[in-house]
Amino acid sequence: MKKISRNHILTFAFLLVFIVLLILAQSFLNPYYKRILNLCAIYSIFAVTFNLVFGYTGQFSLGHAGFAAIGAYISALLTLSPEQKAVNFFLQPILPVLENLQLPFFPTLIISGLGAALVGALIAWPALRLRGDYLAIATLGFSEIIRVLLVNMQRVTNGALGLKGIPGHTNLLWSWGWLIVCLFVTKRLVDSSYGRAMKAVRDDEVAAEALGVNLFKHKMMAFLVSCFFVGVAGGLLANLISTIDPKVFQFFLAYQIVGITVMGGMGSLTGSVIAACLYTIFLEALRPIESQFTIGSLTIPGIPGMRMVLFSIILLLVILFYRKGLMGNSEFTWDGLINFFNKRKKKPTGYSSGGTQS
Amino acid sequence: MTIESFLQNLSNGISLGALYALISIGYTMVYGILRLINFAHGDLVMLGAYFAFYGVAMFVLPWWLAFPLAILFTTLIGIVIEKAAYKPLREFPRINLFAAAVAVAFLLENLAIVIFGGRPKAFARPAFLDQLLKIGNISFVSYTPVIIITTIVLCTVLILIISRTKAGIAMRALSKDIETTGLMGVDTNRIIMFAFMLGSALAAAGGILWAIKFPQINPLMGVMPGLKAFIAAVLGGIGNVWGAMIGGLLLGVVEIMLVAFFPQLAGYRDAFAYTILIVLLLFRPNGIMGEVQAEKV
Repeated sequence: MKKISRNHILTFAFLLVFIVLLILAQSFLNPYYKRILNLCAIYSIFAVTFNLVFGYTGQFSLGHAGFAAIGAYISALLTLSPEQKAVNFFLQPILPVLENLQLPFFPTLIISGLGAALVGALIAWPALRLRGDYLAIATLGFSEIIRVLLVNMQRVTNGALGLKGIPGHTNLLWSWGWLIVCLFVTKRLVDSSYGRAMKAVRDDEVAAEALGVNLFKHKMMAFLVSCFFVGVAGGLLANLISTIDPKVFQFFLAYQIVGITVMGGMGSLTGSVIAACLYTIFLEALRPIESQFTIGSLTIPGIPGMRMVLFSIILLLVILFYRKGLMGNSEFTWDGLINFFNKRKKKPTGYSSGGTQS
Repeated sequence: MTIESFLQNLSNGISLGALYALISIGYTMVYGILRLINFAHGDLVMLGAYFAFYGVAMFVLPWWLAFPLAILFTTLIGIVIEKAAYKPLREFPRINLFAAAVAVAFLLENLAIVIFGGRPKAFARPAFLDQLLKIGNISFVSYTPVIIITTIVLCTVLILIISRTKAGIAMRALSKDIETTGLMGVDTNRIIMFAFMLGSALAAAGGILWAIKFPQINPLMGVMPGLKAFIAAVLGGIGNVWGAMIGGLLLGVVEIMLVAFFPQLAGYRDAFAYTILIVLLLFRPNGIMGEVQAEKV
């Protein structure tokens, strides 16, 4: 009992410090760094939710881009001011229902999440009854359908032009706050009896079913929780980048999320967050290699896309030679941390933590 | 709709369907054996088209040399992918194989963007494929019958390989049960490689024909045909080569007819195939030709 309360105190203390840090960062950091940190949190939510479906339940969903798009468009339409909407929809007027609709940010995000979850239920209902393979294709196909709809539903989404001038409500407190909520919910879920059933489904569907686990119910639960948070993250993303169009949500986004999750370790939420942050930061740090540089007498013009090539090569290498990823399926715990320091005190030489950077 | 325009649309649909059929065979063979959706398959379509493009445009080869070479190179890449990325993972949970397939697709697409450039390129048709033909009142460009005939020839060859040769029979045995087939003295690795080889070659051929029909190529051109060909494979009953051909043909014809009869839905054409997929998954998940099979424990 004593140990549990110690960990709780540590967690609370950490959260408190973290929130203070967020507030400080929000007020003093320059916008560029703030943007990167916001993206870190949003990608972390993507990776954590994907991990819930992929790493814990063993279902392969490639629809993250589509669900994020739904969340993003809902949040954009609900937060844009009526004047901005009039500016955006100059080709065709917006549907009258949406014209004057404007909500505060919090209910908007909830609606974004619920919208994504609702659509997720529609897609998962047929697809989850079958083996995982079909889910991958159905969700990937579905996110392409969403893109097609976004381009064609001119009066709701403004088509290929996208939506501009979305108020940038997202700040560090919003994005990291939602990440913490998402982590909390996911962690509670995977540690509950439902979570154990999900892991059983992942490891062997037939055996799990024979033991009385309702496959459909548990897959659906993981999937819907995941969809909800992806929708929220999409909403956060829209209010961060303030201009969205259907191209933002191509399947590339889904591939990136797969990559981040695999690198972080399937079945480790800590790994997902770390990998998402590393990915976002490295992607920014490597921006120079896409602009022109010179080696000796050879001037290499900027190669757009080089960062993604690097990322996919690293991803493939991780999958082939380091399947555990960054964290395997272990999580960060206070006990682990304390043990780590105790061990270091005892034998100060030659101990390094298991995870190496990918 | 007049009978002429109907026939015209039909020929258009059949040629599109033939392309889907060619591409979906590779999916269905690999899936039948390894239970793997080879996400990179669509990108082999793209590679085939680009190799043919560079063969003609850069190395000034005549088309009858450039096209087979393009197929050859794409096949080699298909084999390399199988050897390097899929084979080491065969013993691990399938989800790893999945992730590897996505990573390979991601890599090929990004490499193509970097190496070939992101901007679309214009694919020059050989002159004899660019003539306007007329039969009665139906006019079509000469590539349409060429696509259809090439597909029929390739599919016949494939069917012969699968049903008559030793490797083909071994391939069918593998799709029933890899382990037992291995115990019977079949070199499973070689046969799996052979399946990838056939699939990649057909994908490359499909890619070249695709570029002839839609002569604008870009690094992501393989994704849509790839996904739709997969749907065609599911439609026909995945794992079944005949099913893949029929499914491809059906999907192509229905897609074109839908736009022909309901022009206002043209923008939604790409969404249509997925709607078919989802409806299909609901009501007939084993496809047209697929047999209901219990999952092996």
